[in-house]
Amino acid sequence: MLIDVHVHFLHAASPRGDWRERNASRMRAAEQIGITWQVSSILGSWGGRSPIYFPSPADVTLANEIQRSIVMEHPERVRGYVLVNPNYTGHALAEIARGRSAGMVGLKLAASRRADDPLLDPVCDSAGQHGFPVLQHIWQHRRRDFPGQEASDAEELCRLARRHPSVAFILAHIGGGGDWLHSLRTVRSVSNVFVDLSGSGVDGGMLEACVNAVGSGRLLWGTDLTVDTGLAKLRYLEHLLAADALEQVRWRNAASIFPADSFPER
Amino acid sequence: MRIDVNASLGSYPWRRVPGTSAEALLEAMDRVGIDQAWVFHLPGIAWRDPMEGNAWLLDCCARQSRFMPVPSIHPGLPGWSDELAQMAARGVRVVRADPTWYGIAAAGAEMRALVQETGGIGVALMMAVRFEDGRQRHPLDRAEELPAAAVRALIREHPDARLIVTHADRAFIEEVHFGSTPDEAGRIWWDVSWVWGPPEDHLETLLETMGASRFLLGSGQPLRLPETPLARLDLLDLSADDRASIESGNALALLGHGA
Repeated sequence: MLIDVHVHFLHAASPRGDWRERNASRMRAAEQIGITWQVSSILGSWGGRSPIYFPSPADVTLANEIQRSIVMEHPERVRGYVLVNPNYTGHALAEIARGRSAGMVGLKLAASRRADDPLLDPVCDSAGQHGFPVLQHIWQHRRRDFPGQEASDAEELCRLARRHPSVAFILAHIGGGGDWLHSLRTVRSVSNVFVDLSGSGVDGGMLEACVNAVGSGRLLWGTDLTVDTGLAKLRYLEHLLAADALEQVRWRNAASIFPADSFPER
Repeated sequence: MRIDVNASLGSYPWRRVPGTSAEALLEAMDRVGIDQAWVFHLPGIAWRDPMEGNAWLLDCCARQSRFMPVPSIHPGLPGWSDELAQMAARGVRVVRADPTWYGIAAAGAEMRALVQETGGIGVALMMAVRFEDGRQRHPLDRAEELPAAAVRALIREHPDARLIVTHADRAFIEEVHFGSTPDEAGRIWWDVSWVWGPPEDHLETLLETMGASRFLLGSGQPLRLPETPLARLDLLDLSADDRASIESGNALALLGHGA
């Protein structure tokens, strides 16, 4: 089994005219690689009517509806995260409840509010009540603010994770840009933070550093925007890890933090 | 046959990178099925005189037939032309320059002179757009990325100039390729180390719009995993001929060995 914990699909309300082709390409590549389950989220209208990382409540609702429809369209291949914008607490809590009742399996936090802000506490409490892991978009060692997102880094995520020790947090795309060494030093001692290996980065030494920092037991395989780099990292992991450890990264760790029965074997 | 045109030996100034020795590079090549690597001396990019690494590089490659040396030429230093001639006399077919690391203008007088001279003696010139993702670089690593405008300018310097550009993304490649005449574009080769595969399918698009003849297998190892370009090619629906061209045929043709 192979679980991709970091997937995005596009949709008709996004500015991308090629959204069908991109989604089809992702599904095709997943088939080629042998990805059993893709756990996906949609970031609002992808900038169509509100910013990607600051989606309006209406775009959050739309994205979650589309995400649920994609899961229904591919019930044996796709699972879904619920997206929320924590600045709208009531709306976020309602989206989580609606998503869980519709079979969603996790919570996606993008970059609408800093990870250690108190506004994230009620949504993480709710995630915990539903047994959701929380996938948090991360800029590895954010040294400043960047336009278009209120990004967080590992230190900020770990402050949140320490406040919610029973919730599993996923530090997004360790290869997705920024100083991954800083992130790995930070998460080492925070046992409820898992490291998602996705991102376009394929730096030599990065996977060794991940294993050294948190062991194979807290690594999750994923792709994000580049399936090809995910495949490259998977192939290197096959060289780097013993069979049991590789199975942890391929799927066992993911299966342990998502709600029970999220990923039936097939 | 597989040729990785973008590999290096030696340590990186800005972070610890495993596998920088000749032995480790050979092991990595065996792991992914690469037969030959075109290698440069990585520490030299940050030296005041990067040409001081050339003797070591040539010596290392003389002892390992699977390596082809790509020595560095700094055209802003006295005697660079003699160094280039010496390298050519020793059979070197490709040299490299990293102007933004040397602190000289990427398409300034020194680089233009280098292109004129390499073009005149039939030596190809390799340049890297970057070595690492700009978002993760060391705070003191402030060398600018190679601008696409510089590549467009340099290829116009000599009618026989040949450029190999590594670590370029789709936008960079398209800007140079379609901003050049067919003759100019036909003298530039691109490695696939930084061109995204699915779902964005940048590499697939470039192969459709530019043809496979312009692309080379390149990894950037050991700074980057050598599995990457091969994974990228594996996810394409490539003909056997196109795959062979990218994996080795284009590189051999560039050296004048025929495709």
